[in-house]
Amino acid sequence: MFMAPPATDIAPRDPLLPRIVRLRGKRREIRGVWSLEVVAEEGEPLDFAPGQFSMLTAFGVGEVPVSVSGRTRDGIGLVYTIRAVGAVTAALCGLRTGAPLGLRGPFGAGWPLEEAAAREVTVIAGGLGLAPLRPAIEAVLAAGGRLVLLYGARGPSEILYPADLARWQSARRAQVEVTVDHAGPEWHGHVGVVTRLVPRARFDPDTALALVCGPEIMMRFAVSSLREAGLSDARIFLSMERNMKCAVGFCGHCQFGPHFVCRDGPVLGYDRLAPLLRIEEL
Amino acid sequence: MEIHDLEEVLRGHPFFEGLEPQLARLVRGCARLQRFDPGQRLFREGEPAEHFYVLRRGRVALELSVPGHETLVFQTVDAGEIVGIAALVPPYRSLYDARAVARTVVIAIEARCIRDKCETDPRLGYELMKRLVPVLFQRLRATRLQLLDVYGAPGD
Repeated sequence: MFMAPPATDIAPRDPLLPRIVRLRGKRREIRGVWSLEVVAEEGEPLDFAPGQFSMLTAFGVGEVPVSVSGRTRDGIGLVYTIRAVGAVTAALCGLRTGAPLGLRGPFGAGWPLEEAAAREVTVIAGGLGLAPLRPAIEAVLAAGGRLVLLYGARGPSEILYPADLARWQSARRAQVEVTVDHAGPEWHGHVGVVTRLVPRARFDPDTALALVCGPEIMMRFAVSSLREAGLSDARIFLSMERNMKCAVGFCGHCQFGPHFVCRDGPVLGYDRLAPLLRIEEL
Repeated sequence: MEIHDLEEVLRGHPFFEGLEPQLARLVRGCARLQRFDPGQRLFREGEPAEHFYVLRRGRVALELSVPGHETLVFQTVDAGEIVGIAALVPPYRSLYDARAVARTVVIAIEARCIRDKCETDPRLGYELMKRLVPVLFQRLRATRLQLLDVYGAPGD
């Protein structure tokens, strides 16, 4: 007897096949850095977990991994903050509103927010490293968690998301400290590298979690300061950046020791990363 | 402020935390409280470094004048920290400008006085060295990271 196959609403999406999405709007954040608002053509909501990344395609140019930096205001689209540094990122930042682009993902393991919501969270971000942390910060504050945010930028004109920083600063359960590496005399905030802020952070090293994102050398210095402040390796999480290509653990371009950063990361616990970060050229 | 109170203030500052009372009294003899309004200089590059400062409140910008450019602030120092270490290291000349960016209260410690006491009582000298070296170590480490200019975009 003929049996009809079980009904399915939609075939599972092939993770290697980009879907077509549209640029709904874009905003210049700082010099050379744009936030792109992306929505599905069919209008269905795009979902993600804080810390995950997507593969974005500029048609005819190429594909790059980009962390999700938030949802659109209406909640149906995603925001990506991108620095135009190469051909693909420059093409993405140069897209006009309404233009199509390709989207795969989101992929990977995000920030450990189930653990974080119950505790206090110390976030250390450097430069554009604030972008993948912004959704985590929003989630911690929305869950009523205590937030310490230490953010470092190159200079006052390169501080990302100043409106968000001001809003977080006024949150009841938040300590937000911003520093810049260099400044002119008109700047009255902190000057110095972000790790110098760690001793000012008010957190309990026995209960806090630390989420860190920025240039890898900055993260290493940050981890060193966090350990001096009493945090154990198991409570420190880093967002790693490697050469993600397939984004699903097939191609091996992003292999980092036993891990594929695209699949096992990009967020990894420092207890897993510590032995690998000591290996030269890995 | 009474001299006795100043000793308590000194021992309550993170830099002198745990200093034994006898040594705190020696430091107190070289110390006085001082206030700086925003914009006021604590010292200028090239001047004889006559005091080192223990910050109780406020913020101080350490800056260098760069010919052809605006003044460059390379570090700020906040309450709980110290500034003016050149006063303890030959040739005792300030290496940069220090400017209050907020209303700032410091304990100003006269450098020659404290140096003489350190020579007379090596226990004080050793205590001071044990407290200064970690500060210098931290600042050296921070400077290394700052020099790497890790946030710069390619071509900057």
